[in-house]
Amino acid sequence: MSRQPKQEQAPGGPGGLGGGPHGRAGVVPKVRAKNSKATITRIWSYLNRQRTGLIMVYVFTILNAVLALIGPYLLGKAIDTAILPRDYGLLVRFCLLLGGIYLLGSAVSWVQAYVMTSVSQRTVYELRRDLFAKYQELPVSFFDTHANGELMSRATNDIDNVSNSLNQSVTQLLNSLITLSGSLVIMLMLNVPLTGVALATIPLVVLASRRITGLSRIYFKNQQQHLGELNGFIEEAVSGQKVIKQYRREAAEVTRFRGISGELNQASIKAQIVSGLVGPVMNLINNLNFALIAGIGGLMAFHELVTVGVIVSMLNYAKQFGRPISDLANQYNLIQSAIAGAERVFEVMDMPSEYSGEQPQELARIRGEVIARDVVFGYQPGAPILNGVSFTAQPGETIALVGPTGAGKTTIVNLLTRFYEVNGGELLIDGRDIRELNKNELRRQLGMVLQDAHVFSGTIRENIRFGRLEATDQEVEEAASLANVSGFIARMPQGYDTLLGTDGTTLSHGQRQLLTIARAILADPAILILDEATSSVDTRTEMHIQQAMRTLMKGRTSFVIAHRLSTIQDADRILVIQGGQIAEQGSHAQLLALEGVYSELYNSQFKQAGEAG
Amino acid sequence: MWKLRGFMKPYLLWSVLAPLLMVLEVVMDLLQPALMASIVDEGLMKNDVSHILTTGGIMVGIAIIGMAGGVGCAVCASIASQNFGNDLRIKLFEHVQSFSNRNLDRLKTGSLITRLTNDVVQLQTFVQMILRSFVRSPLLLVGSLVMAVMISPSLAMILLAAVPLLFVLLYVLIRLSFPLFARMQEKLDGVSNVLQENLSGIRVIKAFVRADHEQKRFDTANTGYTDTGIRAIRLMALNMPLMMLILNASIIAVLWFGGLQNWGGTLPVGELIAFINYVTQLLMSMMMLSTMLAFVSRAKVSGDRVNEVFAASSEIIEGPAANREAITLGRIEFKNVSFAYDRADENLVLEDISFVASPGETVAILGATGAGKSTLVSLIPRFYEVLSGAVVIDGIDIREIGIDHLRSRIGFVMQQSLLFSGSIRDNIRYGRPEATDAEVEQVAIAAEADAFIRALPQGYDTLLGQRGVNLSGGQKQRLSIARALLIKPAILILDDSTSALDAVTEARIRTLLKTELQDCTVVMIAQRVSSIIDADRIVILENGRIAAQGTHTELMADSEIYRDIRHSQLREEEAPYVQTT
Repeated sequence: MSRQPKQEQAPGGPGGLGGGPHGRAGVVPKVRAKNSKATITRIWSYLNRQRTGLIMVYVFTILNAVLALIGPYLLGKAIDTAILPRDYGLLVRFCLLLGGIYLLGSAVSWVQAYVMTSVSQRTVYELRRDLFAKYQELPVSFFDTHANGELMSRATNDIDNVSNSLNQSVTQLLNSLITLSGSLVIMLMLNVPLTGVALATIPLVVLASRRITGLSRIYFKNQQQHLGELNGFIEEAVSGQKVIKQYRREAAEVTRFRGISGELNQASIKAQIVSGLVGPVMNLINNLNFALIAGIGGLMAFHELVTVGVIVSMLNYAKQFGRPISDLANQYNLIQSAIAGAERVFEVMDMPSEYSGEQPQELARIRGEVIARDVVFGYQPGAPILNGVSFTAQPGETIALVGPTGAGKTTIVNLLTRFYEVNGGELLIDGRDIRELNKNELRRQLGMVLQDAHVFSGTIRENIRFGRLEATDQEVEEAASLANVSGFIARMPQGYDTLLGTDGTTLSHGQRQLLTIARAILADPAILILDEATSSVDTRTEMHIQQAMRTLMKGRTSFVIAHRLSTIQDADRILVIQGGQIAEQGSHAQLLALEGVYSELYNSQFKQAGEAG
Repeated sequence: MWKLRGFMKPYLLWSVLAPLLMVLEVVMDLLQPALMASIVDEGLMKNDVSHILTTGGIMVGIAIIGMAGGVGCAVCASIASQNFGNDLRIKLFEHVQSFSNRNLDRLKTGSLITRLTNDVVQLQTFVQMILRSFVRSPLLLVGSLVMAVMISPSLAMILLAAVPLLFVLLYVLIRLSFPLFARMQEKLDGVSNVLQENLSGIRVIKAFVRADHEQKRFDTANTGYTDTGIRAIRLMALNMPLMMLILNASIIAVLWFGGLQNWGGTLPVGELIAFINYVTQLLMSMMMLSTMLAFVSRAKVSGDRVNEVFAASSEIIEGPAANREAITLGRIEFKNVSFAYDRADENLVLEDISFVASPGETVAILGATGAGKSTLVSLIPRFYEVLSGAVVIDGIDIREIGIDHLRSRIGFVMQQSLLFSGSIRDNIRYGRPEATDAEVEQVAIAAEADAFIRALPQGYDTLLGQRGVNLSGGQKQRLSIARALLIKPAILILDDSTSALDAVTEARIRTLLKTELQDCTVVMIAQRVSSIIDADRIVILENGRIAAQGTHTELMADSEIYRDIRHSQLREEEAPYVQTT
């Protein structure tokens, strides 16, 4: 009359089935936790925030387990004292008592599950919220060195693993413990020698479950590794599907896929078989126990050492006794992968925030004087990208950054926004070292239009308004028409309310760039940064927005990066960056007259055009 | 889901053996309480020690047979389900390989990946479950019922009332909770969406200091997900206590009526105990069944998603008499070509396009963002099918040319350069794996890539990360150009594929290409007039139609738009200055 069904182990094995679609090739999901103790303590501290609920869960779990123990005891008693002696009144009372206990048991187990649901879901909610909040604080360098898919899977797969196991394991562990000790106590009370018989199989259970889980851990790890490889392969192949078609490599890819998939197949058959052993083996041990107690108990009853009712109760308790142990064995993998998942989450939470040590600061509107003095910077030590860069931008000036791919133009932007910090030298805004400024206050005054033109899911209006959340609809529309997007927006069925993103319309790269320009116009920044902002916009449209751009740049210090030199000819000063240093600087005319790097770049772009024209 | 049963066929033996072996285990399990009853009634009550011992021995033997059945079932079920999943996955992947670009556009990349990974695993798990537990639980259920009826038909009447009640309860709960679980899945998608966008737009968010705004968006999604989750799980939490209640009530009824029958002399005590044991077993199997039903719905969703992939098929079909040696020179002719991505759509992306590109010629396509340039060139390798008109290569309609042959003669460099993980050498060799190292280096030189490759510590053997993450945009473009050159195409298509290169590098590549590809037909899309100025023909697209075509000189004379474009890049006041240089 056990109150809980035997937990069937999900044949998929440890959590994180499929390893998530974002698994990077070669990155094997960790199945085994490194420092379980510290991690468990930390999950515990999260759980503890739901203290009232948690205490209720404890109380009800204990109650539930106790009630589950009383049931079989009363049933055996009823047979012995009411049915065998034919005591009608006693049977009635037993039935009523059992009815009450069962009713209470159901009620208690329902309340327990009800409360536990919100305890575990709220805990996971907070975990997820905190992880997301942490992502907001981490420096850009963190995102540059970690794959998005991997960070996604920490917030989804890993936290789901924690959630699954919290839901089941927390109460189950407590329940198992109580059932285990309670059964033992009652069994001892019923009959000591028979208890000894029942316990005889325990070492067998422990031994068997240890052997099997040990084996299955090895096989599951192997399976996870192959799964990671397969997922990595699938992700790459499907993303590159059009290239595969183009080079007619379909058959070759299928052959490779067959190989990788086949290896996974071999590994997972083994893992599944091993984990499939747990059930039958535990069942055997249980049945052995059953037979032992029945046989020996029968002999004892024959010698009138024990009553039939006691044997029946003993059999039930022996079953209850074996169950928690095999449950634990079944849950071992689940708990392990949950701890491993939590560890990966906490690992991120322990990363240093880019705002740590920052003082709150009110920053008056920046005038826009930017001075770089001997700036040295490299993404990796020993490989400097910028090596002693110095320049001055007066308030309101437009500065163009020119140079070959990889020269460090975007790097200067990264330093101005403090996405990265200079390694040497200094950057001054209005005479103050930018490291003394509060990062967010500084960024609030910078308007950026970046190369990749990121658009969020949501309406077009919301996307433009991202630049200034409190802007009115009219301001949004004005910014849009300045950026020359009002035309195509008008052609959309829902106009400004057209949904973009995953479920919505997809815009071309050029259209997205224009949209992000509108966003920057709306933000009204003190310093404007345009990093290849119009690279995918055709030149005619670009010409049309030139006027808007000029208006936008007027009165603010602007930094413009563009391959298309026509875009930047009007700049007050052009900085030519080469070999980590500023090779030339001056106005367009000055630099052409210099006949150096710039004029070579310029001529290669226009010479032929000029001759033919 | 049922449609996928064909994948089980090769493993029919295993899938039949698995449940049979499970039957063995279940029957053995079911015998235990009966033997128990025999020990009590025949042994204990009649003081027969030898009966107790032999029956005990039989119980042990039966337990061992049961285990053998269980293990055998695990082995068979694992072999059948894993192989099923493997075959399904391979077939699915093969099918995706046959997809046209139109199919790929419709079934988004991310979704295809999840279908190939998670959905297949979900189905695999489901099959394993059917073969093991789904047989076990109903068998135990029916077996327990049968045994109970055999012991006492009159007591079994109690179960006759309880079991239907249990099924009704299960049905109601499932009906109520499935929509909630579906909503939960939707809300989870919402959470992942915000997260995904946040991670890919982290620079923008930081630049505009919008962390608080994002946190709010995330909290909304997170709260929605959590609340729906709590509601769904709480509803399902009703299941267990209610089932326990019904079953325990039946146990009390059994105790009561069984007790009365015992006194009436129609039911020995041992059989009463056995009966109670069977009722317990029935309860457990019902509960297992109910927890597993959740998997049915998940498997159904996955099955539908997988079938959706199988249902999609490429509209690009190779005719039986396809010509496999048609392309010799590479002369392209567009004859009144019209095209729309959606056939039902009235908005034509391309309309009435006609032009000719002869071998050795360079044709440049120029036009505004969204004019249809990329669409036009993707019709040449038949990535999409024309709506009307025809694309003709060397005098033969491409629909009559073998697809393999057609694409093998065309080098296509896409706007977005997609590379694969592996060495640089293997990436360049992608279109012709048998190419020698010398050939690889030769095309790398022509694509202006050799120098930077050699500057890398491992040179051509440098391993690239997924999609070539460790290279700059310009470097990736140069590798894709080299990759296209290696197949020695008759036709080379460059879709704005030098946009990330600076002008000097681009000019050098153009010169190198000219010597490398003397007889090749080149179709190129470019933004810079300087890149296309010496093209043999320039085609100007506007809103899907050809607005003008001709050489630079002709267009300068005749085309307003062309002059406009040119001026946008080379303003009037600058022109004289440049001319004197």
